[in-house]
Amino acid sequence: MSIALPIVDHPQAAKDFVNNVPRSHWHDDSLWFVRSKRDRQAQSLPEWEYLRETASAIKRHTIANLADYLQEFEANATRMGAVVHWAADAAEHNEIVLGLLRRNETHRIIKSKSMLTEECGLNEYLIENGIDVVDTDLGERIVQLRGETPSHIVLPAIHIKKEEVGETFHQHLGTRKGEADPQVLTEAARGHLRGKFLDGEVGITGVNFAIAETGGIVVCTNEGNADLGVSLPRIHIACMGIEKLLPRFENLAVFTRLLARSATGQPITSYTSHFHGPRDADSELHIVLVDNGRTRIRDSDTFRDSLNCIRCGACMNTCPVYRRSGGHSYRATVPGPIGSVLGPSKDMKAHKSLPYACSLCGSCTDVCPVKIPLHHQLLAWRKVLVGQRLLAWNKRVGMKAASWLFRHPRVFAAAGYSARMALRYLPKSLTHNRLNEWAIDRDLPDPPKQSFRAWYAQNRKNTQAEQSE
Amino acid sequence: MIAEANDKEPSGSKQVILDRLRGRVVESPGLPELDPDRLIRYPDRVSQFCETLKFVGGESHFVDSPAQIREILEGIEVFSAADRIASTFPEAVEPTVDLSQVSDPHLLSTLDWTIVKGEFGVAENGAIWVDGRTLPHRVMIFIAQYLALVVSRSEIVDNMHEAYARIGAPSPGFGVFVSGPSKTADIEQSLVLGAHGCRKLQVFLLP
Repeated sequence: MSIALPIVDHPQAAKDFVNNVPRSHWHDDSLWFVRSKRDRQAQSLPEWEYLRETASAIKRHTIANLADYLQEFEANATRMGAVVHWAADAAEHNEIVLGLLRRNETHRIIKSKSMLTEECGLNEYLIENGIDVVDTDLGERIVQLRGETPSHIVLPAIHIKKEEVGETFHQHLGTRKGEADPQVLTEAARGHLRGKFLDGEVGITGVNFAIAETGGIVVCTNEGNADLGVSLPRIHIACMGIEKLLPRFENLAVFTRLLARSATGQPITSYTSHFHGPRDADSELHIVLVDNGRTRIRDSDTFRDSLNCIRCGACMNTCPVYRRSGGHSYRATVPGPIGSVLGPSKDMKAHKSLPYACSLCGSCTDVCPVKIPLHHQLLAWRKVLVGQRLLAWNKRVGMKAASWLFRHPRVFAAAGYSARMALRYLPKSLTHNRLNEWAIDRDLPDPPKQSFRAWYAQNRKNTQAEQSE
Repeated sequence: MIAEANDKEPSGSKQVILDRLRGRVVESPGLPELDPDRLIRYPDRVSQFCETLKFVGGESHFVDSPAQIREILEGIEVFSAADRIASTFPEAVEPTVDLSQVSDPHLLSTLDWTIVKGEFGVAENGAIWVDGRTLPHRVMIFIAQYLALVVSRSEIVDNMHEAYARIGAPSPGFGVFVSGPSKTADIEQSLVLGAHGCRKLQVFLLP
């Protein structure tokens, strides 16, 4: 059931968002605010860098020994009374979940946030099969009511203004027209979703961490929606990518300290819930382990570390491209720097423009709590894409021409001379017209009086090359 | 293609995934051990705990006896007006809802207040560990409009490493770190307390 994805051109997809200058700036500021909160929390711990190094080492060790840890997890989770399911891809994951719902003749699902189910398209699949799915995270509910997808993995509705939320709630929840007070709107959602919680027959959650040693799973939320969602109905289905595993219970300390600090600048989420087996003898806990391309990423020495990701979103909050172009411009479940690494791993052709949605500034790498070398991986993707001839023709031809030019010093000198002349004498109407996209927001520099080569010959002709020992 | 209607599917995919993983041997360092001397400790754990709890939106109260908890709660309007109260700490607050008579957690949807004992607190993040085995219904701490947690001042650890060491090997069931009230900032990053769970969190620190 793999859907052929359209090829995404990031600059094209970002155009509307970027052209709305006040909105783009507002979005930029909102995310920078979150990034600043993250910095304050990180700086409050002298051992921050030590924690990042340890987290990275734990993840690398786990991913290397993943088969053993998955089997250990299954054995212990089963001992605790949970049922573990294995899904090779998104389609199988969705079938397993639907199978569980059918077997229990249930139709009303209350769901808390899970990027994995977004990745698998679970909501759409269940709705097509006549199941009522309610997202209970406030941001996800807003997005669901508007018929959109999350634009950020931690802050799903970060791209929406409060007035727009007000309009959506006015239509769907009957709040007063023009209401835009977050307090009032949240209260309305609370009332609306309380009814859904009480009515739900099965709770579906994601998983932040699973522990091989104990067979337990950990779910972190601020709203408490995951907890309400699984403490009322009899059945809890938890869906997780196989990379979410940690070897030992004590490893949770490292990751619960890093996750919320990196994500939203909180010292920890309001609720960090640990589930070991089902609620009681009458209840069920199902854990679905999903591969969906992860083993393939593990095969790659270059991109393996992207499986370290704990989905905190810090790389998005800091990314100058994400902040200005918005999450939807990536047209991927996971946007931003980590999404631009994971997207091409999933479908190189469809996501070929994403590794270029990056200035290689390296800020993502600096904030990543599990030390994924994000900007190095984005650069590595560009090399792969060029090798696969997936670069746009104009860039390909341009690069080839530049390469030829640099290998021919005389032609290079001549080209430099003509460029200096052209800069001096060409009228602006000829350089700044519709045909030259580059010039839309840029001006040409003043030409230097002479080339570096000429300057060197004039001023440093007697300089000797430094003697090396 | 619905999975077999049995508890254990004959999962071909399990073997496929394990084979894919074992087909590629990856060298790795061992699992790192943490050096406890490099982890933060606070000169005054209790005041650090209170400060952090305030930062995450909770309120702390120093009390000397369970009776004092009752007194303070009586001074809170939403408590004195409360009708349905669940409590696992009757020394301080007598419950008005008899949890042993409640078989279906849905019946707790109208709870106004829940008062429960936490096992210990964590100074670095203001979290309190609540052991699910002490809760007749785990939903009681999420569904009540207001929540009060009681913990001993002598039971505050420095950081999460000490916290997990203290929990030890988890037994079947449920446990949760609660740090502040339920909250959201999903509408324009404006912090709102009381998203789905408790609207406010009171923490009482006994000697």
